[in-house]
Amino acid sequence: MSRILLRGGRVLDPATNTDKVCDLLMEDGLVLEVGQKLSAEDAVVRDVSGLWVAPGFCDMHVHFREPGLEYKEDIASGGRAAVAGGFTSVACMANTEPVNDDPAVTDFIIDRARADSPARVYPIAAATKGLQGQVMTEMSALVEAGAVAFSDDGSTIMDGGVMRNVLEYSCLVKKPVIVHAEDCCIRGKGVVNEGPVSTRLGLPGNPTAAEDVLVARDIALAKVTGAHVHIAHVSSAGAVEQIRDARARGVHVTAEVTPHHIELTDEATLGYDTNTKMAPPLRSQADVDACQAGLVDGTIDCIATDHAPHAVHEKDTDFIEAPCGIIGLETALPVCLGMVRSGALSPLEMMRRMSTEGVKLLNCPGGSLEVGAVADVVVIDPDLTWTYDPMKGYSKSRNSPWSGKPLTGRVLATYVGGKLVFDVNEGVLFP
Amino acid sequence: MIGRDLLSMEDLSREDIEKILDTAAHMQEIGQRAVKKVPSLRGRTIVNLFFESSTRTRMSFEIAGKRLSADVINFSASSSSLSKSESIMDTARTVDAMDPDLVVVRHKVAGVPKIIADALSAPVINAGDGAHEHPTQALLDMLTVKQAKGRIAGLTVTIVGDVLHSRVARSNIYGFIKMGAEVRIAAPPTMLPPGIEALGVKAYTSLRQAIEGADVVMMLRIQMERLQGALFPSVREYSETFGLSRTKLRVAKPDCIVMHPGPINRGVELSHELADGGESVILEQVRNGVALRMALLYLFTGRPSKDEEVAALGEETK
Ligand SMILES: [Zn+2]
Repeated sequence: MSRILLRGGRVLDPATNTDKVCDLLMEDGLVLEVGQKLSAEDAVVRDVSGLWVAPGFCDMHVHFREPGLEYKEDIASGGRAAVAGGFTSVACMANTEPVNDDPAVTDFIIDRARADSPARVYPIAAATKGLQGQVMTEMSALVEAGAVAFSDDGSTIMDGGVMRNVLEYSCLVKKPVIVHAEDCCIRGKGVVNEGPVSTRLGLPGNPTAAEDVLVARDIALAKVTGAHVHIAHVSSAGAVEQIRDARARGVHVTAEVTPHHIELTDEATLGYDTNTKMAPPLRSQADVDACQAGLVDGTIDCIATDHAPHAVHEKDTDFIEAPCGIIGLETALPVCLGMVRSGALSPLEMMRRMSTEGVKLLNCPGGSLEVGAVADVVVIDPDLTWTYDPMKGYSKSRNSPWSGKPLTGRVLATYVGGKLVFDVNEGVLFP
Repeated sequence: MIGRDLLSMEDLSREDIEKILDTAAHMQEIGQRAVKKVPSLRGRTIVNLFFESSTRTRMSFEIAGKRLSADVINFSASSSSLSKSESIMDTARTVDAMDPDLVVVRHKVAGVPKIIADALSAPVINAGDGAHEHPTQALLDMLTVKQAKGRIAGLTVTIVGDVLHSRVARSNIYGFIKMGAEVRIAAPPTMLPPGIEALGVKAYTSLRQAIEGADVVMMLRIQMERLQGALFPSVREYSETFGLSRTKLRVAKPDCIVMHPGPINRGVELSHELADGGESVILEQVRNGVALRMALLYLFTGRPSKDEEVAALGEETK
């Protein structure tokens, strides 16, 4: 295999706490050397001076819709969107048709990913059969097949007794159980954050209490079972506070936050744009501030996009009928860089949350530029301003609130296992 | 001055409201003639695009359009064969392709008139969207109050009932506050929208306190079937605590008027004696609704379409 030399970039490696201008040499799919003035012998050289070089991003929360809902997205298109956004590893949720609650479905996803996806794809299996919240799945068999975590995601397990058993049993396979923390009874028909904005819009509100209550329940259950609970897409100040407190007490709880929940408030919904409808909803400025603070102090481990593709005709309707969710893989970097520009996080620490921490939670390769690590690498221009056009992106869907908006910061190249799979000028390079 | 569409009272300026109310006052005169028809909108086509059935509002728009000689077409999407599998946006685009001069939209979901207005070239009037706004109702209420009291500024207006689900309440709150009135709302805590005081109202859970010294009391219709047991325990308890009777009204100003957007649940939110009493201006509201909607159709129909606006801009720059 060929050698690739990235010459003169700002190497940001959270795994080794490196932030220095130097060269990075990849060979045979691994990082061979990181240092000054490396030899270019036999290597393809890419001048990356003035750019950032970081481990490929890891997104532990995407919806690739395959099998069954390929009109929204499939593993091939989702994998392409991933590498175009700098993500080299993604974990896909189980709400496909059929649901990934059976090792045969897990096998299918892994096979399909191997053939079709330039990014590494890890299946998350359902925690209960059919996402029905009643009968737990065959966790051992699913892990054997390659499942990296368990989650019913948006079909939150509302029966606390079932959840307790799921968590207890998950200790057998030592995988995280990922919780979409939303008490559906408290949420009711809510579609936007409850508060002045829901009142002005005249739309049913979804209070932060719906999230806080479920986070409280699952922290208590994590404590009693010793299981690893991972709170998906944290959006409320109350959730951040409880997770911070639980971690301090030694409860095994981790968390992720989406780019949209650290950037947008519920005010973004004021025009009834269905591309601002997601679950949990966009919250108040105080909640956004709390999520940012949680990401800064490590209460929240990582960024995850909750990439949720929906077809144009599904979003081209009223706010109640439209499905929840937005695509996020191709806009995550520039959106998250907002916190770097504001000085809340250093570039190295943002890369840690976009890459290294997610890899740790999934226990998969990547997230490091240490010598010998897999060469999953992303080259970033943090200052490039460009206009995002989902039509020119790789996702099959276009449901993004950033459509047509100028964004600053762009992925210029992505390498998976030492192979160039995305170049901003050439597009995705994958058979 | 006035925008292309009429989607909300939140968007209107005080000057806009004054102009609409003044125009409506002129239109009232037409309704008193033996031949209630003027040729103002001859040759114009107005479509009533109602996704949610409402005989009263639709009739009011229809009569208003006919008195101005417009061709009024009622498109009731709930009874249309188009409605089965067609999306609201496709229905709206279909109507727009027939080149109406104005489209009146009503839908049970907040925001639909806005997304339809964004997609259509014809101007859109919102005839009620979910719990968001019902600007034509608020304007006719303001016309009624202005004529009963001679003014709006300085009055105390109390809105009582299910404010949470009420588009009438929201539109009236915006409108009356813009015109200088003091607006109070009264409801059980379960029916007070979160953050409502940010709109500039004072919220009460005591009916007595809310109507004390009021010039206008506006009662909202309670959705008995849907909400009983969830947001209030029983119709009896609701009518005891938030229903209005002549006895309870005694703490208001002696010349206080009583309003209701209809249809009334008699004996629930409003007693018989009050609904039919001298305090009531409920039928005035209905009558004024026609004049007010005539004014709106007159002001908004035949405004340049989006394409024409663009073309006009192009000419100006030449
Ligand atoms: Zn979720």
